Amino acid sequence: MALRTLVARKSLGNLGLGFRQLRGLQTYSLPDLPYDYGALEPAISGEIMQLHHQKHHQAYVTNYNKALEQLDAATAKGDSHTVAKLLSALKFNGGGHINHSIFWKNLAPVKEGGGEPPHGSLGWAIDNHFGSMEVLVQKMNTEGAALQGSGWVWLGVDKELKTLVVQTTENQDPLVSKGANLVPLLGIDVWEHAYYLQYKNVRPDYLKNIWKVINWKFAGEVYKKECP
Amino acid sequence: MSRETLEYHWGKHHRTYVENLNHQIVGTELDQMTLEDLILASYNRGNILPPFNNAAQIWNHEFFWESMKPGGGGKPSGYLLELIKRDFGNFEALVKELKSAASSQFGSGWAWLVYKANRLDVGNAVNPRLQEEDKKLVVVKSPNAVNPLVWDYSPLLTIDVWEHAYYIDFQNRRADYITIFMEKLVSWEVVSLRLELAKARASEREREEERRKREEEDGYSAGSEAVEMYLESETDESEPEAE
Repeated sequence: MALRTLVARKSLGNLGLGFRQLRGLQTYSLPDLPYDYGALEPAISGEIMQLHHQKHHQAYVTNYNKALEQLDAATAKGDSHTVAKLLSALKFNGGGHINHSIFWKNLAPVKEGGGEPPHGSLGWAIDNHFGSMEVLVQKMNTEGAALQGSGWVWLGVDKELKTLVVQTTENQDPLVSKGANLVPLLGIDVWEHAYYLQYKNVRPDYLKNIWKVINWKFAGEVYKKECP
Repeated sequence: MSRETLEYHWGKHHRTYVENLNHQIVGTELDQMTLEDLILASYNRGNILPPFNNAAQIWNHEFFWESMKPGGGGKPSGYLLELIKRDFGNFEALVKELKSAASSQFGSGWAWLVYKANRLDVGNAVNPRLQEEDKKLVVVKSPNAVNPLVWDYSPLLTIDVWEHAYYIDFQNRRADYITIFMEKLVSWEVVSLRLELAKARASEREREEERRKREEEDGYSAGSEAVEMYLESETDESEPEAE
């Protein structure tokens, strides 16, 4: 069942996060998906993609904007108490927006290259660092399955050391919270909302199948930029 | 709460925690402990050890099933309602606070109504002059598998806000799930019963504290007599400092 892509508001500026300025106040908006909701089936159902994008990600964007507005008002008044109270809301919702914006680009329909292993420097780096693609996938699946509660499993690159890392973060903490030099190449959402309607409690099956729609092209581009 | 949800939530999630914990503890000394002791031991003051997640989630889910009943909802009564009015103002205020805690628990976790005794409002301090008003009902929330046992509270009611608890029936609409839980599922009879048990436990603990204090004092005064005797002989022989 093909589902129409969500039409997001037009965004000025080009920071990849749908950023626009309005009366001097920053607001973010939900980025478009580069494919239809149903385009990733059978790996991820259209129902999940639609809820995930239109409800969950949208909520992070809405609440992020709200928190930023409140932050603006509080800093203008010198109200440090309120600023401190807002920090967790900013982390949750800002992190949620950042992480999901990357996630949509980490996925691609099969006919647009989803699942095709990386060529070029990233492919070579993976073989060099992990031994093989299979080992990397195994490692990420193991860590993703073992994560208690909600979070993400990441393939990242340390832009200083030029090495690849596999890391997990809890809740909506972005990868950079595990190391200031870490740049995300590929993140897999293991919050239950990312897979429950289709895979129920069997998170390992979700992890096994998502590799069929992983967009290695995007990961490769990010890697080339950090490790030219 | 649909049959399908319960089949997965109880039949898969809860069951898996039980199976996994059994694998972890079989043949070890942990196998001899009660579930609650195991939870406290593996919480390890926050430095969580592997069996904690399974053990605590087993306890949490059992507590959750028993917090509900078919045709639940309505209002509490009796002593429970009295304390609710005393500590929250009225029943509606309690419901509001529970809903707020459940909605604002970010990520996976639980919201709780607990009976709190023997504690100040700070971390792990102990209240040396416990009054009746210090024993009170409080709403708290906890992440992932953590539950109020580790804070030495007595849980009375819980609502599971891991996404698996509501996703089949409500998808992302956690607020609707919480509302239905309060209106149609919660068993106030069980909550009242738990409150009675919690009060009894708190009184028993107080009595034991007093017993122990009395024993210490008795032991101390016997020791101080010996010191006095020693001093008397000392002063007989000691000479005053000349310079």
